[in-house]
Amino acid sequence: MSKTNESLVEKGLLITAISSIILIALIILFIFWEGIPAMQSYGFFNFVFGMDWSPSDNQYGVFPMIIGSLAITGLSLLMAVPLGISCAIFLAEIAPNSMRQILRPTIQTLAGIPSVVYGFFGLIILVPFMRVQFGGTGFSMLTASIVLTVMILPIIVSVSEDAIRSVPYEYKEASLALGSTHWQTIKNVLFPAAIPGIITSVILGMGRAIGETLAIIMVAGNVVQIPGSIFDPVRALTSNIAIEMGYATGIHYNALFATGIVLMAMIIILLVIANYLHYKKKVTIGGGYL
Amino acid sequence: MDRIEVQDLNVYFDDLHVLKDVNLNIKNNMVTALIGPSGCGKSTFIRTLNRMNDLIDTFHKTGTVLLDEEDIYDPKVDVVDLRKRVGMVFQKPNPFPKSIFDNVAYGLQIHGITDKRMLKEKVEESLKAAALWDEVKNKLDKSAMGLSGGQQQRLCIARTIAVEPEVILMDEPCSALDPISTTKIEDLIHRLKRDYTIIIVTHNMQQATRVSKCTAFFLNGEIIESGSTDKIFIEPCDQRTEDYITGRFG
Repeated sequence: MSKTNESLVEKGLLITAISSIILIALIILFIFWEGIPAMQSYGFFNFVFGMDWSPSDNQYGVFPMIIGSLAITGLSLLMAVPLGISCAIFLAEIAPNSMRQILRPTIQTLAGIPSVVYGFFGLIILVPFMRVQFGGTGFSMLTASIVLTVMILPIIVSVSEDAIRSVPYEYKEASLALGSTHWQTIKNVLFPAAIPGIITSVILGMGRAIGETLAIIMVAGNVVQIPGSIFDPVRALTSNIAIEMGYATGIHYNALFATGIVLMAMIIILLVIANYLHYKKKVTIGGGYL
Repeated sequence: MDRIEVQDLNVYFDDLHVLKDVNLNIKNNMVTALIGPSGCGKSTFIRTLNRMNDLIDTFHKTGTVLLDEEDIYDPKVDVVDLRKRVGMVFQKPNPFPKSIFDNVAYGLQIHGITDKRMLKEKVEESLKAAALWDEVKNKLDKSAMGLSGGQQQRLCIARTIAVEPEVILMDEPCSALDPISTTKIEDLIHRLKRDYTIIIVTHNMQQATRVSKCTAFFLNGEIIESGSTDKIFIEPCDQRTEDYITGRFG
């Protein structure tokens, strides 16, 4: 009896696992099915490296948007990573217990706020502020990056904090027992030992940043161009799909799916790089034993 | 000469009374063993001597602990400096996830030694003193996590003596090790006692008799009996000590 039960549970789990894989495979297949024709008729190279996106003139070059996505993501990581890691160190090691008990759930809640709310905040508060401070329309790469920074901070903070807190207590004890100060211990022992987890937090933050759509549409200005400065408006790959899918037909419609293919490829490449760094770090600091 | 004098020490974690009126003098350049059943306060006691208990929020104490006739709990005392003078080796070998060299160099670096040649010399000296040099001299840049448990523990001892403490506290340093590694550590203790004052917590009676000159027997947070190891193991004054060392409880 228990043996049949056992195999039933195992089969059931197998089926659910397989069906989720099939689902993802089907989605990817569908995107390629719809996207490949555009790449074929317009030319793969022209599509990926083309500088002009003008569906009315049959111009489908996504290169400015690739740069746009990378630039927004890069700039927001540049702001969010130092802020997030500092905050994580503070929460894990320095904040008194009572403060931690308030701050941790607050930050975790921030991670759950829908992106449209952040976008709306950016649109109402940040865009006018930028307009007054730096001129222009206020819709810019910098504005989008700031909104994204706020959105990915909670992820980086909470995952990094977990990483720092899960460094074995013995390391901390050993370091303090040698006569090092608290800060020396954090800097030389806890932080290096937590780096694999911290890299994970950055990967997760990056994933969210590059995939974010709505909040960026609301504040980035969405002009298809390679930004000359951080105050120029930009369009991200994600925004491109969301903005135009409502009215696209024919090759234009296929080109939006092809944009999705490019986005997917880009995310995969970034993840591979990030995972490689993560793996390498693990091996070098732990000698393969961590 | 007494290196450490503990007078009427009472230690509490919240309301839990862990050490009760402990009085003990630790002699200079000698090995003192602390024995007693699990949970009797031996570890808490040695952690009081380098103020590691300060890390626990609920810790508080009464009584005095003198190191070279100075109260180590005096507000003027720099805890960081105290821990440099009173080193500690833990029960579970706990090398940092760094290279063998960096593990030993770490303590030196945080105390301001940056000169490469000087670091090299000191690391070699410490590893030799910890009887580990011959086994690791060709792989100093390899991770310490790849060493065996016994080697890791000797590395931890090397790391501790690199910063030149006056006193070394050892909290059951051999409990996680096999007999051969244990012998190596005990030999090491014999050699180190010439230069250092050593306090070792152990559950192993034979180990206490092998390495120590003085012994203190703890039971339920009190010192039942302390004195020369020979006397405690051959003719203990207290019935409870005799029961413990002959294995009738604990």
